[in-house]
Parts: sequence; C-alpha cells; structure tokens
Amino acid sequence: MNNSIALKSILTKEIQRFTRIWVQTLVPPAITISLYFVIFGSLIGSRIGEMGGFDYMSFIVPGLIMMSVITNSYSNVASSFFSAKWQRNVEEMLVAPVPNWVIVAGYVGGGMCRGILVGLIVTLVSLLFVDIQLHNIWVIIATVTLTSATFALGGLINAIFANSFDDISIIPTFILTPLTYLGGVFYSISLLPEFWQGVSQVNPIVYMVNAFRYGFLGISDVSLVTAFSVIIFFIVTLFTIAMVLISKGIGLRS
Amino acid sequence: MTYALEISGLEKTYKGGFQALKGIDLTVEQGDFFALLGPNGAGKSTSIGVITSLVNKTGGKVKVFGYDIDTDLEKAKSFIGLVPQEFNFSQFEPLVNILVNQAGYYGLSKSVAIQRAEKYLKQLELWDKRDEPARSLSGGMKRRLMIARALMHEPQMLILDEPTAGVDIELRRSMWDFLKALNEQGITIILTTHYLEEAEMLCRNIAIIDGGEIVEDTSMKKLLAQLDVETFVLDLQVNLTLSTLTQFAEQSKSIAYRVIDDHTLEVDLNKSQNLNQIFEQLNTANIEVLSMRNKSNRLEALFVSLINKKSSTTKAKHQSAVVGVN
Repeated sequence: MNNSIALKSILTKEIQRFTRIWVQTLVPPAITISLYFVIFGSLIGSRIGEMGGFDYMSFIVPGLIMMSVITNSYSNVASSFFSAKWQRNVEEMLVAPVPNWVIVAGYVGGGMCRGILVGLIVTLVSLLFVDIQLHNIWVIIATVTLTSATFALGGLINAIFANSFDDISIIPTFILTPLTYLGGVFYSISLLPEFWQGVSQVNPIVYMVNAFRYGFLGISDVSLVTAFSVIIFFIVTLFTIAMVLISKGIGLRS
Repeated sequence: MTYALEISGLEKTYKGGFQALKGIDLTVEQGDFFALLGPNGAGKSTSIGVITSLVNKTGGKVKVFGYDIDTDLEKAKSFIGLVPQEFNFSQFEPLVNILVNQAGYYGLSKSVAIQRAEKYLKQLELWDKRDEPARSLSGGMKRRLMIARALMHEPQMLILDEPTAGVDIELRRSMWDFLKALNEQGITIILTTHYLEEAEMLCRNIAIIDGGEIVEDTSMKKLLAQLDVETFVLDLQVNLTLSTLTQFAEQSKSIAYRVIDDHTLEVDLNKSQNLNQIFEQLNTANIEVLSMRNKSNRLEALFVSLINKKSSTTKAKHQSAVVGVN
C-alpha cells in the first residue's frame, strides 16, 4: 500500500475543495483584512502613534496576517471534515486501507495550505497599506507553518466531536476569536498590568503572534525558544489526541 | 482452504444496550455469490459494517481472505469493495474526482485511476456525466456510481447492501447482468436485498439473519428444496363453468385448488405431485390454460416461514421464561 498516494489524494481533494469555493474561502479574508487596515491602521492607528518602536500599522500587520492564518486553518478542517462526516463520504477513507496518520496528515495539510495561502493573500493586500519589513524570513516561515498545523489539528478535533454545523462554529466564536483578540494582535502585552501579563502567558496565540512579529519587525514580548516550544507542545498534544480519537472511531464508527 | 469471509462468534452491542449481533458464525467461499437476507433491523448492515470496519464489534472474529481484521485490518480492507445502502459520496464533487480519489486511497497511481474511472464509468453508463457533480445524478445513477467506486481498486470481494433499492426494473436487470459478469470473473459477491427474486436469481448460497442470529445458512438449492408446497396461478382461456369445475373436482381430489374468478385458478402443488398430472386433469376437464405463474416468489415463502418460526420460538422462550420467573 502506497501511503504517499493516499496522502496526496486527501490533500488534493482538500485543496480542490477550498479552491472550488474560493469566493467563500479566499476572498473574505482579503476584504476583512482591508477593513482592519482602513479602520485600525489608517483611521485609529494614526492617532495611536508608535507601538514597540514602530508605527501602529506596521505593528499590527503580522498579528493580522496570523489571525487570518489561524482562523482559516481551523475553519477549513473543521468544516471539511464535518461535511465529510455529515455526507458520510468520510467512509470512503474508513473502508480503505488508509492508516489513521494519513487521514490526519491529509486533512491537516489541507487546512495548512488554505491557512498559508490566505496568509499570502493578506500579506499582499497589506502591501497596499504599509511597507512590510522582513527581519528573519525563516522565523516567519516556521511560525506560520507550525501555527497553521496547530489550528488545523484543533479544527479536526472539533469536527470529530461535532454533531451539527452549529458545533463547528461554537469554538471559533467563543474561544478562538477572544484568544486571538487577546493574543497581542493589536497591542504589546507589555502594555498590560502585571496581572494580565501573567494571564496572557497561558494564551498560546500570544506566542504565535509574537514569534511571527519577530520575523517581520525583530521585536517580541516572549523569547523565541519559549514561543516555539509552546507551539510544538500544542502540535504534539493535539496530534496525539486526534490520532487516539480516530483510532477509537469516536464520532466516526458506531 | 482460505475463505473469502470467515466470521465466528461475532457480537455487536450498541451503546444503548441493543444487541444487534448475538454471536453469528458465517463462512463465504471464494468466488461465491452469497445472499445475506433478513428483515429490517435483523443485523445485516451491522454485519457488513463490522466486516468493512465502519462498526466496532464487541466480540468475535472476522477474517477476510485469511486476514484477521483485528491484526491485519489494512490488508483485509484491501480485498473488499463496499457498495453501501445509503449514498455516501460528496454531493459536490464531479464523478471522475470521486473515483480517482477513491483509487488514491488504495494507493493506485493517478494514471491507473483515470484509466479505471473511464472503464467503469463507461461500463456503468455514466461516462457522459463524468464532469458533473454527483448531486445532479438520478437515484439509479447514484447507485451505479457507488458500484463504480467500489470497483476502482478491483477488489476480490464485493459487498453490496441493497444495491437495487429504489431502482427501476430495467436498470435492476442490467445491474444483475453486470454483477453476474463480475462473479464469473471470480469476484466473490455478498448481497443483501429485499428483492428475494433477485437473491434467488443471482445467489448460490444464502444465510438468513433475524434478531442478530443466523437462522439459516445453506445453498439456495437446498433451501428451495425445503419448500413443501408451491402455489401456481393459472390464467384460463375460457370462463369456468359449473360443469367443467365439477369434472375437474372429481378427477383432482388430491389437488388443492381455489377458484379466484371465472378466468383464474390457484393450484397448490406439493412435492409428491407434478405439473404434468395437473395439466392432464385440466385437459380432461376441457380447461385450457393460457399462462401460469408462481403466486409468490419461492424464496419469499421460505423466508417468511423461517422468520415466523424464529419469531414464534422467541415468543415461546419468552413465555416460558416469564412462567419460570412467576
């Protein structure tokens, strides 16, 4: 059995899915990010002045790109895997000799492709508003890749447990969005009172946004080693959970 | 000898406590055309679900071409092609993508997958629809799509769970021919169906499952030989008159018959009698027969009697248990 072909099949199917409905998947982030730039960057940002030694617009660009990557990686896998459960075409993979890790890797890979592609689109849109600096391209690539993998895994676990389409919007609405907004996208956590700085340490998105911002601007509220350790910890944990759930057939086999 | 399918002591109890399979044993030989029949809720789809790993069993063993699904699941899966009861493909994908992806899950290269997709879409008369999304197909086309999909990796055993449900008679017949041709090529076929005529026509061996237990497991010939009485409906050329009927009644004292209307007779034929005797007596009574047919499918009569027997045994057991408790 050639697992690489099975993996490629799942990945191709996933990429075909989100590109087939590009108006729903690729255009909205570009519009949303443009609005953020106009409102927070140009209108409000010009009154804020500098943040972390950079003008506000330049400061928020990495966070906004990362926000799009997180949201799209998560929602791609959550909606695609849940749709496959709902239409029962997930059974096409379950009856075939596809190892569980290939199923996980295929869906997560699809989510990462959408997240990174949306990240690129948003980066291109941001060039219309601000000159983007590059401090360390490898940190940018590593952070975006690992972050999209983390949230694609999260989306997969959400879809495994989901019993209705409502269930795949609850976590993004009530957990993901607040964590992202409180994750230092719009501000440096050093501005927060000490207590809230401590609380922010348990928010994984703080580490992702700051590592990503370091790649662009060379500034970060947390150390890179800590940031990558946290991200890798989440990837390993979520991958293990996803594998156990699929192996046991939770939400998939009766 | 390695069986295509070997099931022993298979049990499935669902979370709510419902026991769908109560330790069934079953073997299917390689190259067989096997019918798995039973009323709704008998355990047919659960059995198929366990064999194809869509349902987790709670006990027993399943081997596919000698490979135990507990230890060699991926190898066992590679032998099976499944045509499920419900449509389970993405409604939004074009047919050719569905088939090519499915082949990919079995490790087939894209070039081989495209060739096979063309082959099976043409054989199942879906080639013209290859680029259309699956949701645009009619019910019969969707069933054929699932057969094409199940054949993409050219499995040695094809399991079809009510493949002709809701399919018109013309299409059903063409599907029968297609399945017969596959079986002649050596593919083992396991079929569940509610059309007993279909099972009788296609299958060599049969198991009947009811209440999660196998109540019969034999060859079609042996099962049909159990039928004591067959009822034939005779359509007559001319109106029956009192005199012809009286004459027929005098000659055919050993034959049970009923007058349905003045053009129709129903005759019960038991194993010791033959059709020649009846025709001889009808001839003598000047009753001309235009056509003749079985009143019901032979397998249907046996099926009903076996299920009824099981049901009355269960009731009796239940009653004696209740008496015992009292």
